Amino acid sequence: MAEEPGLAHEAATEATEADDGKGIGPVKSVEMGEGIDEALASEGKSLFEGKCSACHQLSDQKVVGPGLAGVTERRKPEWVMNMIINPEEMTKKDPAAKKLLAEHLTQMTNQNVNEKDARSILEYLRQNDQAI
Amino acid sequence: MEKLITKFKKAAPKAALLMAVAAGAALQGCSKMGGDNAGATATALSSDAAAAVYVAPGKHDELYSFLSGGFNGQVSVYGLPSGRLLKIIPVFTQHGENGYGYSEESKAMLQTSHGFVPWDDLHHPKLSRSDGMTDGRWLFVNGNNTPRVARIDLTTFETVEIMEIPNSAGNHCSPYPTNNNEYVIAGTRFSVPLDMKGGTSDIALDKYSEEFKGSISFIKIDQEKGDMELDFQILVPGFDYDLANGGKGPSEDWVYFTTYNTEKAGTLKEVGASQNDKDFLAAINWKLAAKYAKEGKAREMPANYYHNKMDKDTHMAKSTVKKKVRYLLPEECPGMMYLLPAPKSPHGIDVDPTGEHMVVSGKLASSIPVFSFSKMQDAIKNKAFDGEKNGIPVLKYESVLAAEVKEPGLGPLHTEFDGKGNAYTSMFVSSEVVKWKLSDFTVVDRIPVYYSVGHLMIPGGDTKKPLGKYLVAMNKITKDRYLPTGPELAHSAQLIDISGEKMKLLLDFPTVAEPHYAQAIVADKIAPNSVKFHKLEDNKHPHAVKKEADASVTREGKNTIRVKLTAIRSHMTPDNIEGVQLGDTVYFHVTNLEQDWDVPHGFAIMGANNAEALIMPGATQTLKWVPKKAGVYPFYCTDFCSALHQEMQGYIRVSPKGSNVPIIFSTGKKKTGPVASSK
Repeated sequence: MAEEPGLAHEAATEATEADDGKGIGPVKSVEMGEGIDEALASEGKSLFEGKCSACHQLSDQKVVGPGLAGVTERRKPEWVMNMIINPEEMTKKDPAAKKLLAEHLTQMTNQNVNEKDARSILEYLRQNDQAI
Repeated sequence: MEKLITKFKKAAPKAALLMAVAAGAALQGCSKMGGDNAGATATALSSDAAAAVYVAPGKHDELYSFLSGGFNGQVSVYGLPSGRLLKIIPVFTQHGENGYGYSEESKAMLQTSHGFVPWDDLHHPKLSRSDGMTDGRWLFVNGNNTPRVARIDLTTFETVEIMEIPNSAGNHCSPYPTNNNEYVIAGTRFSVPLDMKGGTSDIALDKYSEEFKGSISFIKIDQEKGDMELDFQILVPGFDYDLANGGKGPSEDWVYFTTYNTEKAGTLKEVGASQNDKDFLAAINWKLAAKYAKEGKAREMPANYYHNKMDKDTHMAKSTVKKKVRYLLPEECPGMMYLLPAPKSPHGIDVDPTGEHMVVSGKLASSIPVFSFSKMQDAIKNKAFDGEKNGIPVLKYESVLAAEVKEPGLGPLHTEFDGKGNAYTSMFVSSEVVKWKLSDFTVVDRIPVYYSVGHLMIPGGDTKKPLGKYLVAMNKITKDRYLPTGPELAHSAQLIDISGEKMKLLLDFPTVAEPHYAQAIVADKIAPNSVKFHKLEDNKHPHAVKKEADASVTREGKNTIRVKLTAIRSHMTPDNIEGVQLGDTVYFHVTNLEQDWDVPHGFAIMGANNAEALIMPGATQTLKWVPKKAGVYPFYCTDFCSALHQEMQGYIRVSPKGSNVPIIFSTGKKKTGPVASSK
């Protein structure tokens, strides 16, 4: 029951559009405040613990997937949310996500996160990065 | 639960098939190398047979079919027309493959008044009905040996309910749904001496004719949820009730049962049950029976039977023991039951789509009698009786007969219909399917089958609107049809094209164990509702852990250890466990945290005396393990889940009884993140 798309699958996918770094998915733009919305981040924390923490650490330590320290500095917020919401398409079509799959070799699971919850998780990751 | 909303890929059998046809022709050319009959069979194949059954890679079949597994106690699901095996659904039999009947959650499904019964003989699948048509919600099946009726939920393809049938033995004449699932009906093949206290009497076997009785059970179905409840039984004379089918349209209040052994022989039935020139077709007005039961005609007796249900939120089965049953006696319920004389140990009873004709296949008879519902109504009105049996009026044969199909073949067993005015009857002895016209009862076509066909099935062929395109013949004897595999051979099914005037053989495919009957339905009625995974937030299992932080190992009482694990690609939490002692019983409650389609995880531990647990995404399953020696035991994921599947493994340490190793558990050593460390 291997789910990794192999090179044979990849060759069949459409040519990627020009990469704007926002990833592929429903999120086209994200509005963010100056500081951290603490309430939103706290919602994100509980979602993160339930749906993400099995594979992702908040430090730079890789477990199943990459450690997430600094992720909001490395990636655009839209990319982070699209990766959470739409991982299968991202690892097939987005150049950065494709590289990550090649490195970590486990398809990021679709944990059924909606856009609103993905936004909370993003806020929690921003909070994590501001604490560095 | 998540529904499958992807678009369905339809087979386009005519397109791009030149290759396949060429390959088919090549195979026919070679077939003389096969068994003695292979050459003959190949010439009978029309040249476009390959195209008709070819479903291109990645495309889907047009129909689901559900074939009973007979003595394996399971149901096999095949795609048609390809004959692809899609799934095996365990029902009455333990299934090591997914832990069904082994796991703590599912064990209760197989509980009966005889204790744990992990096997049965599953004969007849019947799809649930809405307005006389299959609706794709549930599949009802019977357990013949230890009388049970089960319900499979077709959103998950899992057995969700099993009910034992009291006062029955050989639950063969079962389970027949009425046109809107008002009732599922189950009759006894082996009559037994009822002690009227929920068991059988300890009496001399030569008392068969006086003491033995049959029963027909009326199981009420919850219209929304499908849950079963035994509403009442009718106690009937001690014949063998073989098969049943319900009326339709004008006859929808009626259900019919073939009987044999009206001689009431209790030994060497092979001879003793074949003495009478005619046995009976029993006709019961189920609506009237239900009315009698409701209006106080029902008596009550003690009973003892199990009713097991799988809860969809906890994924746990629970047994309830029922202690009484209501019953009706036909002699007290005028107008409820009649007997129609039918030649020589009839087997199948099949009602045509209009509801007017009842076709009775007398397996030892030289013709097929077809009864008329309207004539039966007149005969009842005019009291055209030929005496009575146990207070049940016997109707005059000529007064209810529409016609006899003359010289149809040898050993007629079952009949289905194509909705275009034709009937198709299986001939066991002469190994053929015979097509005949309902308008004049003449045979119009016949096709050989390989070999000794039992049941046959047309999609919806037992409903108001059959899909008269395919027929599946389920053959009892295989012999040389496939490469030999020792003394035991797979039973053979054959797909026959019935869309034209002449029947055409399209395909042979091997089946699992012994299919007795089947149902088929267009894929659109089931596929869109297929569950992809269970939502974690809906999981109400008492030992579920929904995030790794909640995983735990605890000692409960003296000797019970509860391990609440999580599984997600590609690790289990915890994967290192210490503090278990000899004498402990360990329960591994494994929750699959994945929320994606087709990502089950398996769980197995060395030395477990049961099976693996196979856990669907979002569900929790429990494996019980009693270590017998101190030491270290590995456990691992058994279902290849990811590139790091081989790494999805852990250890549990077992120490001698009374040792001072504390309970500790962990998964890896993790660095804390900035948020945690900054606070």
